Amino acid sequence: MSPGRHPAGAPAAGLAAMAADRVVPPAGFTARLTALAAAAMAFLAVFALALALAAGRLADRWQDALAGTATVRVAAPPEAMAGTVRAVLAILAQTPGVAAARPLDSAEQRALLAPWFGPDLSLERLPLPTLIDVVAAPAGFDAEGLAMRLAAEAPGAILDDHGRWRRPLVAAAGRLRLLALAALALIGGTTAAMVALAAEAALAANRQVIGVLRLVGARDAYIARAFVRRFTRRTLFGAAAGTLAGMAAVAAMPAAGAAAGLLDGLAPAGLDWVLPLAIPGLAAIVAFAATRAAAFRLLRELP
Amino acid sequence: MIEFRNVTHRWSGVELLGEVSLQLAPGTFHFLTGPSGSGKTTLLRLAFGELLASAGEVVLFDRDRQRMSRDDLARARRRIGIVHQDCQFIDHLSLAENVALPLLVAGRVAGPEAQALAELLAWVGLADRRAARPPELSGGERQRAALARAVILSPDVILADEPTGNLDWEMSLRLLTLVVELNRMGKAVLIATHDLNLIRAVKAQVAARVLRIRDRRVQLAGAEL
Repeated sequence: MSPGRHPAGAPAAGLAAMAADRVVPPAGFTARLTALAAAAMAFLAVFALALALAAGRLADRWQDALAGTATVRVAAPPEAMAGTVRAVLAILAQTPGVAAARPLDSAEQRALLAPWFGPDLSLERLPLPTLIDVVAAPAGFDAEGLAMRLAAEAPGAILDDHGRWRRPLVAAAGRLRLLALAALALIGGTTAAMVALAAEAALAANRQVIGVLRLVGARDAYIARAFVRRFTRRTLFGAAAGTLAGMAAVAAMPAAGAAAGLLDGLAPAGLDWVLPLAIPGLAAIVAFAATRAAAFRLLRELP
Repeated sequence: MIEFRNVTHRWSGVELLGEVSLQLAPGTFHFLTGPSGSGKTTLLRLAFGELLASAGEVVLFDRDRQRMSRDDLARARRRIGIVHQDCQFIDHLSLAENVALPLLVAGRVAGPEAQALAELLAWVGLADRRAARPPELSGGERQRAALARAVILSPDVILADEPTGNLDWEMSLRLLTLVVELNRMGKAVLIATHDLNLIRAVKAQVAARVLRIRDRRVQLAGAEL
């Protein structure tokens, strides 16, 4: 008999293939819980991501829609109104960066006021100012200089560049996006904590398995890998299911028209639909790192 | 391969073993005897690196156990086959998978040892129990499976703590024949046992030394063994 061979005899039936992670008990409660938690977290992450994207789009939309326009409000006695409006239009025509300017007609003014006073409003009986819609050229105009010139040459004409209410709206949308991103970070952190706790519980419950593996010369990396694979895979599958459910829920949100504002834009647009698909992969990476760290920590503590 | 250099082991200030010097060189066969609680298991666990010496040095394959990293210890353990008294197994794996576990951990599932698994199981009389789970096994079957697992990697050193305690005489001799064969191949063997008949049976086949633990010290046993 040659050294290194068993006295038990010659090669015989082959050993059935046995995956390394088979050493971990197959149906642990913590593993199922991990998948469920990952699904729930991924579902929430899809909403947080959709909110972040929608808030970003909303801020851009408000910025774009309002940045290129301004309004000159002309208040003057009825007999002086036409002259003042002409003077204002002349000033605007000479102002660099103003692409177009035109007074709103009574139909347009009626449409603006209709939400408050109804469609049968008689404008003639109201001392309304004349509104002049100003469209800026792409380079924009010097709003401060224009306001000063209007004050000097056309008293009663006031320039409103919409900045007074545009800035808070854009800032609010930006804050909303930050909040959504913070929620995403919290979801990631919570997922890591939950997976780490579940992995630690699984490791602690499998001390006998760990003891046997050490008995046969398994390195900590080998033992950790068996658990890490299990939890990473569970998290990946759970997160994939949660992501798909979240995307379906976002896609199924009823269209509420322009009046819905943010809600109408919650569903990702175009290529944004690809972004939620990264959630399962990211969740798996988080689970991998969390389980590995927890496993090595616990294995160092075990005798 | 494994050497004790004036090793003392204490637990909670109580000395369990004192001033042990011992060399498990290739091809040596040692029996360790002594009353229950004398320190036989402690000595085996020190030799396996499970316990640390309180004083002196335990050298595993030319490395001081105290200075070995966890990975170094794991690598050393792959060269040591051990049979504990309590024969620990992974309960959700079959008997065959448990016996093959050292191959899996060492990444040698396709090697010649894996090919010999079936015959090894047959040799220890467990061929028809290969699919059984450890909780379904009797004490004797567990001991046989533990010995099969200990030798499947053809380790350099075999440590066994009362490996035949639950076996009948015929099966005990059969298992010892396996260990003697491995010893003849150059493996070092250390067996803790109470069974004097077993010691005599082995001494009839190989030059085995018998050590006795008395008053926490290891001595060479007398000629009566």
